[in-house]
Amino acid sequence: MAKRIDVSGLSAFYGAHKAIEDISMTIEPRSVTAFIGPSGCGKSTFLRTLNRMHEVVPGGRVEGKVMLDDEDLYGPGIDPVSVRREVGMVFQRPNPFPTMSIFDNVAAGLRLNGDYKKSGLADIVEQSLRGANLWNEVKDRLNKPGSGLSGGQQQRLCIARAIAVQPKVLLMDEPCSALDPISTLAIEDLIGELKEQYTIVIVTHNMQQAARVSDRTAFFNLAAIGQPGKLIEIDETERIFSNPSVKDTEDYISGRFG
Amino acid sequence: MDISTQKPQAGNDDTLPEDAAMKHAPSAPAPGHAPATKAPAPRAAGTATRRGDRIFLGLSRGSGILLLAVMAAIAVFLSYRAILAISKDQGNFLTTFEWDPNSTEPVFGIAVLAFGTVVSSVIAMVIAVPVAVAIALFLTHYAPRRLSGPIAYVVDLLAAVPSIVYGLWGALVLVPHMNGLFSWLDTYLGWTGIFSWQGGPARSMLTVGILLAVMILPVITNVSREVFRQVPKAHEEAALALGATRWEVIRMSVLPFGRSGVISASMLGLGRALGETMAVATVLSPTFDIQASLLDPGGGTFAQNIASKFGEANEQGRDALIASGLVLFVITLLVNGAARMIIARRKEYSGANA
Amino acid sequence: MSTAHATVKPVSLQGARLPKWAPWGVAATAIAVAVAVGLAAGLHSRVQWGLIAAVLFVLGTYALSAKVEGRRQAKDRVATSLVWVAFLLAVVPLLSLVWETAVRGVKVLDGYFLTHSMGVVADAEPGGGIYHAILGTAQQVGLATLIAAPIGVLTAIYLVEYGRGSLAKAVTFFVDVMTGIPSIVAGLFILSLMLMLDLQPFGFAGSLALAILMLPVVVRSTEEMLKLVPNELREASLALGVPRWRTILKVVLPTAVGGITTGVMLAIARIAGESAPVLLLVFGNNFINANPFEGAQASLPLYIYQQYINSAGSPAAYDRAWAAALTLIAFVMILNLVARGIARWKTPR
Repeated sequence: MAKRIDVSGLSAFYGAHKAIEDISMTIEPRSVTAFIGPSGCGKSTFLRTLNRMHEVVPGGRVEGKVMLDDEDLYGPGIDPVSVRREVGMVFQRPNPFPTMSIFDNVAAGLRLNGDYKKSGLADIVEQSLRGANLWNEVKDRLNKPGSGLSGGQQQRLCIARAIAVQPKVLLMDEPCSALDPISTLAIEDLIGELKEQYTIVIVTHNMQQAARVSDRTAFFNLAAIGQPGKLIEIDETERIFSNPSVKDTEDYISGRFG
Repeated sequence: MDISTQKPQAGNDDTLPEDAAMKHAPSAPAPGHAPATKAPAPRAAGTATRRGDRIFLGLSRGSGILLLAVMAAIAVFLSYRAILAISKDQGNFLTTFEWDPNSTEPVFGIAVLAFGTVVSSVIAMVIAVPVAVAIALFLTHYAPRRLSGPIAYVVDLLAAVPSIVYGLWGALVLVPHMNGLFSWLDTYLGWTGIFSWQGGPARSMLTVGILLAVMILPVITNVSREVFRQVPKAHEEAALALGATRWEVIRMSVLPFGRSGVISASMLGLGRALGETMAVATVLSPTFDIQASLLDPGGGTFAQNIASKFGEANEQGRDALIASGLVLFVITLLVNGAARMIIARRKEYSGANA
Repeated sequence: MSTAHATVKPVSLQGARLPKWAPWGVAATAIAVAVAVGLAAGLHSRVQWGLIAAVLFVLGTYALSAKVEGRRQAKDRVATSLVWVAFLLAVVPLLSLVWETAVRGVKVLDGYFLTHSMGVVADAEPGGGIYHAILGTAQQVGLATLIAAPIGVLTAIYLVEYGRGSLAKAVTFFVDVMTGIPSIVAGLFILSLMLMLDLQPFGFAGSLALAILMLPVVVRSTEEMLKLVPNELREASLALGVPRWRTILKVVLPTAVGGITTGVMLAIARIAGESAPVLLLVFGNNFINANPFEGAQASLPLYIYQQYINSAGSPAAYDRAWAAALTLIAFVMILNLVARGIARWKTPR
């Protein structure tokens, strides 16, 4: 079910400004790939090019290729709406729909498509909430608004919402940066379980987190403020954190800059 | 506004007493207000500056009190003259279908005016609200960005066009253009009675409603546009990331967020439509009865009736007009109050999820 | 973990899409068909042609998109086309308003028109001008501003700098209430005073009613501007031992003065176009009356109304009404543009 992502020669722009330049990498299915790097290095921008959310920003534009198994996300005739169904996303701040109940939040994506059986909806919602380790906490209040949950619960609700539509890939943009340590731990455990089924890409500022949850780690950097961000290297997480092949990576990991 | 949170950052002991003064000053009463609670000001200042402060506070507080006094005076004087008029009324003020307040046996009632005011405003709202919401969505979500800025600016300016100009345009440009639509409505929907037309000039309630719709369109559009612009990006992106089309994004995140804002914007527009005077007075050819047809000339509104009947009214007649104005005043107060309550509820709502 | 999902069919990213020119094609077809229908059925009104074209456009878009792209895309496209149609429909009357006023207004608008009154001209005859009306409006609006601007600004200062108690709450509430007063009701209020004091119409009475209408606008906008002044500025000044009132006068107000000016100018623009209270209180006058405290005066918006209503369809009077309307719109627009210009480069940061 999970799919491989193959990026080649990808650059992204905000109007005339080039945010990332010439990035190529392969993201393996059923694994967790972490993006690390200093602020402004373009790792979030790159993440958003993987489900065509980058072009939602006014002036956002992409050059290059992103292959999802054997389809180019930026090829002619590709519908960005179906891309986003295949490649789900979890954001930095939990963003449940404030006017919807917990149940409706999880069901939102399914209802859009209408390709479910009415009787099956409750099952899928339960499965998704269980998948996000949230079911036991909310099963008695599925009709309460999602905004009434704690920050960590809201983030897991957003994960449940994302996996309810059965994406092939799950993108996470600093999913724990707005959460306390205990909620963070819960999400990290969840990521470990989800990688059994999904291709997971996570952007994080927290290097310990990258070391804990990811199988492979990509390090991004930029030459100077205003310069486009670049991929410095991508490798097994263990290698990146013990014996990186590029000196910049080692400097960043050991806290010498950034 | 939150001074206490800034205090630790300031970290300067010298400023602390002043901060305290700032926090106290608003609640520290001026002389004459509530002397019992008068706390000694923490600032050790000379009497000269104290006097300056006192004068300045007195002036600004006095202005606020004056404003309240004006409002009270409006209510009292209007009520007084209205009671004078109604006590002489030989008919029932609420149900009489007649307006003859100038004779020695005055007979007048507001039934026709209330009906006309409600009908014309309802027509205006039915047309203007959906169109205004669509234009607001157009400006925030559909129009090319280079276009939406200038268009929004022009819509802003159109909200400032004086109502008499709308009235002149309505009477001399809109009315002749209504004939085609009216005869079409008469042909196909005339059997309903509501859309029957005898072929007179189109100076009817429907024309008034359409003109009012054009007038309040910029107002509702401006407020709705502001509300739609404030929809958190996070909510829209959440829908997008689930694979929603643009319309689905709007339905899932923009409209639910903006609903109460649109309602209060509509209420503002309704308040305008209810009280609009000159545009209605120029376009409508009034009669003092209630007709089933929206296309035949006739009917009247509170504000239009005041403007039209004022010239021929003696003192007694003016009192009667004031009485009808008081009713209009109360209606607009209720509408605006409702709008305000909705806005207040919205504040609580959006505060819950920052 | 997700057995319930087992039945989902494989999705292709490649959705069938209509070509980019499709909306334009549908629009062109809809317009062509509408013109044909209009000609065939002998519909005279171009407005009807437009409405038919709009309906055809929306329906055609839905049908085509539903067939090629599926229901969800079709709904999306219908929403898009409805939004465009609504926008275009609304543009027509608003553009027509501006266009007609400009075209019909320039006919008699010249130096003579601006500098002469209607003193010796009968309503149905050509000639005459709006000098007396401009003079009246200037005086009435000027006096109203002199009353409302200081009271409004002081009230706003009270609300922002001092007000926390129940009095401030009451003032805030009634400013809101006041915003919603129909202009004719403000006129009736002053009228009831005049009836008690047995006064005849005069310019200043109109000013009082206009001041009531102006007051809440000034309070609101000034309040907003004062709230934008950062607290650090106030604290810095207070920390230097400057008394509160001097802090407000020397630090807060100068910082916000651009925005306050904008607010006052927008309020002036609003009341300059009010005719209802002026009709009740100032009454209108064909002669020049330079004394706002005695005798009926003219006013620009009222002039438009009276030219229209009193002349029984005389083209000369209509021309004058349009010319006066153009003058009024130009005045209001210039005031708006200048006010917004000030706001743009004087907003406190």
